[in-house]
Amino acid sequence: MIAIINYNAGNITSVARALENIGQKYVITDDEKKLAAATHVIFPGVGAAGEAMAYLREKKLDSALKNLFASGKPVMGICLGTQIILEYSEENDSACIGLIAGSTRRFPEKLSFGAQALKIPHMGWNSVNFRREHPVFAKIAKEAEFYFVHSYYPAPADEAVILGTTDYGIKFCSVLAKYNLIAMQFHPEKSGRPGLQILKNFCAWRGK
Amino acid sequence: MISRRIIPCLDVRAGKLTKGIKFKGNVDIGDPVEAARQYYEQGADEIVFYDITASSDKRDIMIDVVRRVAETIFIPFSVGGGVRNLEDMRKVIGAGAEKVSVNSAAVENPQIITQGAKAFGSQCIVLGMDVKKVEKSEKTPSGYEIVVEGGRVYTGIDALWWAKEAENLGAGEICLNSIDADGTQDGYEIKLTKLISENVKIPVIASGGAGKPEHLAEVLTAGKADAALIASMVHYKTYTIAGIKQFLTERKIKVRNIW
Repeated sequence: MIAIINYNAGNITSVARALENIGQKYVITDDEKKLAAATHVIFPGVGAAGEAMAYLREKKLDSALKNLFASGKPVMGICLGTQIILEYSEENDSACIGLIAGSTRRFPEKLSFGAQALKIPHMGWNSVNFRREHPVFAKIAKEAEFYFVHSYYPAPADEAVILGTTDYGIKFCSVLAKYNLIAMQFHPEKSGRPGLQILKNFCAWRGK
Repeated sequence: MISRRIIPCLDVRAGKLTKGIKFKGNVDIGDPVEAARQYYEQGADEIVFYDITASSDKRDIMIDVVRRVAETIFIPFSVGGGVRNLEDMRKVIGAGAEKVSVNSAAVENPQIITQGAKAFGSQCIVLGMDVKKVEKSEKTPSGYEIVVEGGRVYTGIDALWWAKEAENLGAGEICLNSIDADGTQDGYEIKLTKLISENVKIPVIASGGAGKPEHLAEVLTAGKADAALIASMVHYKTYTIAGIKQFLTERKIKVRNIW
């Protein structure tokens, strides 16, 4: 059984629909016991870091996530869920969960690609340059694109956790991986077939 | 680098497509869920539904459509038309849409943009703008005016001012529809699109006038649009999304080619 962490932050229905489509059973919960009983945990999220962190602390889900990570269970972060597993976010000047050393930063005000001025948020389809292979990204074409929508990006302190980067005026870390944790800035649940494949791979992954 | 998005737009009235859509073998499809599935499978980057249901008591039919679409396609989609307040937004987003678009409701009550952005995040709130070219005046210095009710009512609001204002209020994206170009299939309003896109930081979707792939190439380069809305040119099978993307790729315009 897959558990989706329910913390009042956006796209939980979309993730649930995608899991239904790939035939996975899931539970949406904020109960630490149910999270601990699940085989896999998905930490999604859309919204602002400050509010999300306040809610997580109130429900003690920040410490629950630390325990889940330490337990070796496969954990997937999506979008805001990826940003707030770092130690700090520039969004709302928020202290975050700190599973991974580093911070979440805002895109610089002036971003460009050649002569083209780039918009913020980074909204739309973009690709990922993978630095190494990972079971969760098996069977994904190199040219595949994924749906992004964000104004902040994860900046882990340790280069070794960066699994993939994406170019948007700057090169930023779009996928990070450490032990049983895989976290991505884009939305696999909204990235068509390649996105569904990532979710399938995750559900089959043992976290090693 | 980011790809330019190609977005088919479907008009829905009381749960049915207002004009049939022709697919393979010229089969006429009236079901918006089935049409969305076909476009999803043919490489659409996003889908826009425009609910033109006149009577409010039939609006809940659209919510059911949204729910079924969300179970069927795994790309972002937005719903516009008839979204008047926070409660309407909540229904649409709760049913599984990524974005809601507000148009005349935002002209009447601009605060709905801020309220929506606060409740669901800016990325959920699209400002739909219907625009007509007018004489430059003190009221409309850009030479473009916001119109409502399908272009019948002039609001006296300058289009450029409104785009910037909506961005400040918290809109995450603008869907810019030229009433002059709409339905002509003669090409997008390039000057207007460039003007708006260069003066806001949020993405701009160009709408109105698409008739052939050259039009998309033009609006995505000279017009500086981040995305292009299309309707008749794919609904009547004159072109396919894959064909349009191939044309754009040959013109060195980056689009998503794997789906």
